[in-house]
Amino acid sequence: MIECKNITKTYKNGETETDVLKGISFTINDGEYVAIMGPSGSGKSTLMHILGALDSPTSGTYFLDGRDVSKLSDDELADVRKNKIGFVFQSFNLLSRATVMRNVTLPLLYSEVPKQKREMLAKDALTSAGLEEGRWNHLSNQLSGGQMQRVAIARALVNNPSIIFADEPTGNLDSKTGEIVLDTFQKLNEHHAHTIVLITHERYVAEHADRIIHIQDGLIIEDKENSAKRVATLHHTHETT
Amino acid sequence: MKLPDLLSETYSSLTVNKVRTGLTMLGIVIGIGSVIAMVSIGQGAQSSIESKIQSIGSNLLIVTPGAQRGPGVQISEGRGTAQTLTQEDADAIIKEVDLAKAVAPEISRRYQVTAKGTNTNTQVVGTVASYPTVRNVEVDSGTFISDQNVKSLSRVAVIGPTTRDDLFGTDSDPIGQTIRINKVDFKIIGVTKAKGGSGFGSQDDMVFVPLSTAQRYLAGDTYVTSISIAAEDANSMSAIQQQITDILLERHNIKDPTKADFSVINQADIVATASSVTGIFTILLGAIAGISLLVGGIGIMNMMLTTVTERTREIGLRKAIGAKKKDISTQFLAESIMLTFLGGLIGVLFGWFFAWLISTFASITTTVSTTSVMLAFGVSAAIGIIFGYYPARRAAKLNPIEALRYE
Repeated sequence: MIECKNITKTYKNGETETDVLKGISFTINDGEYVAIMGPSGSGKSTLMHILGALDSPTSGTYFLDGRDVSKLSDDELADVRKNKIGFVFQSFNLLSRATVMRNVTLPLLYSEVPKQKREMLAKDALTSAGLEEGRWNHLSNQLSGGQMQRVAIARALVNNPSIIFADEPTGNLDSKTGEIVLDTFQKLNEHHAHTIVLITHERYVAEHADRIIHIQDGLIIEDKENSAKRVATLHHTHETT
Repeated sequence: MKLPDLLSETYSSLTVNKVRTGLTMLGIVIGIGSVIAMVSIGQGAQSSIESKIQSIGSNLLIVTPGAQRGPGVQISEGRGTAQTLTQEDADAIIKEVDLAKAVAPEISRRYQVTAKGTNTNTQVVGTVASYPTVRNVEVDSGTFISDQNVKSLSRVAVIGPTTRDDLFGTDSDPIGQTIRINKVDFKIIGVTKAKGGSGFGSQDDMVFVPLSTAQRYLAGDTYVTSISIAAEDANSMSAIQQQITDILLERHNIKDPTKADFSVINQADIVATASSVTGIFTILLGAIAGISLLVGGIGIMNMMLTTVTERTREIGLRKAIGAKKKDISTQFLAESIMLTFLGGLIGVLFGWFFAWLISTFASITTTVSTTSVMLAFGVSAAIGIIFGYYPARRAAKLNPIEALRYE
């Protein structure tokens, strides 16, 4: 569960100070599927970095599963990321010359999970992310964009995190493969009750979530249930490999 | 991260760019290899010089005329040429130094030695029957000079194998033949065993004659060139040295030990001096080779810095999925240590092979010691740590957000 109260973030660049977040408060409950939407420069990426424990807010409090993570050290934040958070990035960020398996098990190396259990967890995560078994031992640079993003989703899932942050997950994909990825998130939310926070600048993508938080100039301008929820339409047979 | 995981991660990172890894490692291989080879040459020289010194006798003390240089000492007292030691000095040492196992006075000078139609210029040593005991000389055929020969001024000679080869031809039997030294005929009664070594001062190119005969027919006086004393064991050497000094000072009527007209050289001192010379030689060779090791280390640092830049996004990702600073720096440090460790291993084998080549084809004695191998390993691991530390720290300090955005 995420509880934010009055979060601000100010960047100092010499003498000039830039207020990127100007006081943001909201709560995301377990099992929610939320989209944070806003144009570029609105502060949504900065907000995601703070929510994802990659950065600390200048002021305000941020409780993740009841623990205040707004004033932790770098190493404590690393622990929070390791145990509670999964990331999916726009540019996948896979180790290109490593196999799918190695990419997915990577987070488990840092949490020191025994080797056999690692494989088991990775297989579960890959199944949940919807990557067919034939690809599990491929090198990740032999995969298509959509497959790569599903490997990245599996990697985010493998530690069984409280929340998955997806930063423009469809940004590098064509609309059809984008649909597949959005469908994957939808299934993870519906069938496995994962909390998903989708960060996007596209209203169309945001409308796949149950709730949309609209950010502009560092402030929430709208936070409401998505009445016109879209369901991803699939064209499995046309997927390019 | 657990150690086996760390090693497998390191292995896969290093094998991503095999050519670059190989070339970087080559720097360390050449560095360590040349250190091993160079030091083996130095240590080989050291051990061969030491064994040569040992071959002239064990627990040996040599008294030579002339003073060790000190304040107010004149050039005329030059060591080895001054004639201050006499037969009587040697007799006194034999009588009074009870710790001495054997004492052999000798008179030696180079002469032209002729046999039927052949001649050679060699060292002629007039000495006594105890000489073989003192100086580790063994007789190959015939006999050495006996006390009887010395007493009766016999004109007999024992020759070294090189002298025999020069005068009578290789592996001939010269016993019973006659050689002429300084217009005096000597009958050959024995040949000594080859000790090895060549050139000036070889123990194999010598002619031994009775001391008394040499004094009477060759030198014409009763002075001796040196007195060699074999001690019972290494522990009694300094006591004997002191005793001899006291006896000779008294006999020569010298009150001030710094003005002594003789010097007593301890074999251990000779070994120590020679070792210090070859030690410097070894250090010099090792230092020259060490420069290439340093260059190899800089190569490692260069590669690691390039790698850190290239893998910025990977570092960002690793941090995003929970890697701490320590995890990142350990990983990069492990990569550079694995590079230098493998390079060191190959370098040791390479250096060993090179040392073998040198001793096989250039006839230079080489010794690869465990110490130099351990040292080379230690140094290469240390290079991995030293030159890998800065790149690893740079990787660990990267901000995950910026690293993930890095293009």
